[in-house]
Amino acid sequence: MKYLKNVTTLKLDRDKCIGCGMCMTVCPHAVFVLREKKADITDRDACMECGACAGNCPADAIAVEAGVGCATAFIVGAITGTEPTCDCAKGSKSRC
Amino acid sequence: MDDMAEKLDCCSNGPVDEHSSAPWLIGSIPSGQDSCPRVATRLTWADTLGRWKVRWALGRDRYTVQPGLYAVGEADSDSLVFVTANYKMSFDCLRSALHNRNAWILVLDTAGINVWCAAGKRTFGTDNLVDSVANINLAERVNHRKLILPQLGASGISAHIVSQRTGFKIVYGPVRSVDLPAFLDSSMKATPQMRKVEFGMLDRLRLTPVELVISIKYILFAMLVALVASGVSRTGYDLHAAPSRALPALTILLSSWLAGAFFGPVLLPFFPVRSFAAKGAIAGLLAFALAAGVGITQKMTSIETCAWAAIAISIASFLTMNFTGASTFTSPSGVRKEMRVAVPAQIVGILGGIVLLIINLFT
Ligand code: SF4
Ligand code: SF4
Repeated sequence: MKYLKNVTTLKLDRDKCIGCGMCMTVCPHAVFVLREKKADITDRDACMECGACAGNCPADAIAVEAGVGCATAFIVGAITGTEPTCDCAKGSKSRC
Repeated sequence: MDDMAEKLDCCSNGPVDEHSSAPWLIGSIPSGQDSCPRVATRLTWADTLGRWKVRWALGRDRYTVQPGLYAVGEADSDSLVFVTANYKMSFDCLRSALHNRNAWILVLDTAGINVWCAAGKRTFGTDNLVDSVANINLAERVNHRKLILPQLGASGISAHIVSQRTGFKIVYGPVRSVDLPAFLDSSMKATPQMRKVEFGMLDRLRLTPVELVISIKYILFAMLVALVASGVSRTGYDLHAAPSRALPALTILLSSWLAGAFFGPVLLPFFPVRSFAAKGAIAGLLAFALAAGVGITQKMTSIETCAWAAIAISIASFLTMNFTGASTFTSPSGVRKEMRVAVPAQIVGILGGIVLLIINLFT
């Protein structure tokens, strides 16, 4: 299943990449592959901006505006004037 | 900080009331200078019942486990350490995946929120993990320097920073804890499949009860308003005529609720558009067409029919749009983009529908 095209804020700086492979390990949507010993983006539109890759890149080569892709969170955030967070449906993203 | 230390101090004289009464605890096991509670790895009917309650949004706010360190099997200083959130379901998934193994479970205080959501909020995060490892003196309890985290916790954690600050190296396990035994048995190599989040029909079906329960209050309120308003006519207010006149409206409201909170989410990939609001709008339109097809709108004027179509489509669109939060692949940038168009359209649809219904009274 694919979401909207050309929206992600994901940026990879291949010059900084040391090819450790961490981004490939943590990404839940297989956005990265290793090409010529460095990370490369192979499926950009699959990115859900979770921020896992950026936070775990030891070379600081990845930038993304991470957040929750949840309409309810944006609505609640807009009404209460707070950051959109995902605690309305605690059970929904839990699975074995 | 002291407060935190006390909460995590499960291995000494901390607040153990919750522990001693928990049916999934089976004694304790020595560790370092003291002892740790030991957990069962087979889930009981009580665990399963709790899970169903959560799924149907009944009292799920209290579904927590006390943070701290727990033992599985005959855990000793060589046993691996697995980290999870203090949401009981996350904890249950992990302990049942560790059946017949010796291990430690480190439960972080995430305010009862599951790993993925808590990682997004950074409560399942680097600082919390570093503090917990220090507070329970993990370095003195185990000989190795390895922590196994669920992959979906990665968005809250910076593995290299945890290593710098604690000396423990992080290994990201599979996305689903059911894959954990296979992962452990293959010397911690994850297959590409274990690394990917899926969102199949079953996952979606499992998530719709919560959507239905959360939205039903608003639909019931709308139905009540529709019922009361149905008494209004050009000749005045007729309370007795209201129920029978309201019937078509109530049916349409209910069907748009089912379309938006159930059929939209469950049939997600079958709508030929990508925006969730658009998927919901199509579901709403189909539901309305179906209702019209079986004669629900027969006694309506054409203005009324248009009004209810606009309302039904807007409601369903709104409800399915909110399913973005339960899905596993929507990005905040994408949701923001679709909402910029969808929310004004939904408001226009609902208010426009109401205006049309009022106009209809005077024509
Ligand atoms: S932000 Fe998340 S989904 Fe996007 S590339 Fe990074 S890890 Fe993958
Ligand atoms: S985590 Fe960073 S350094 Fe490692 S492969 Fe990915 S981009 Fe390169």
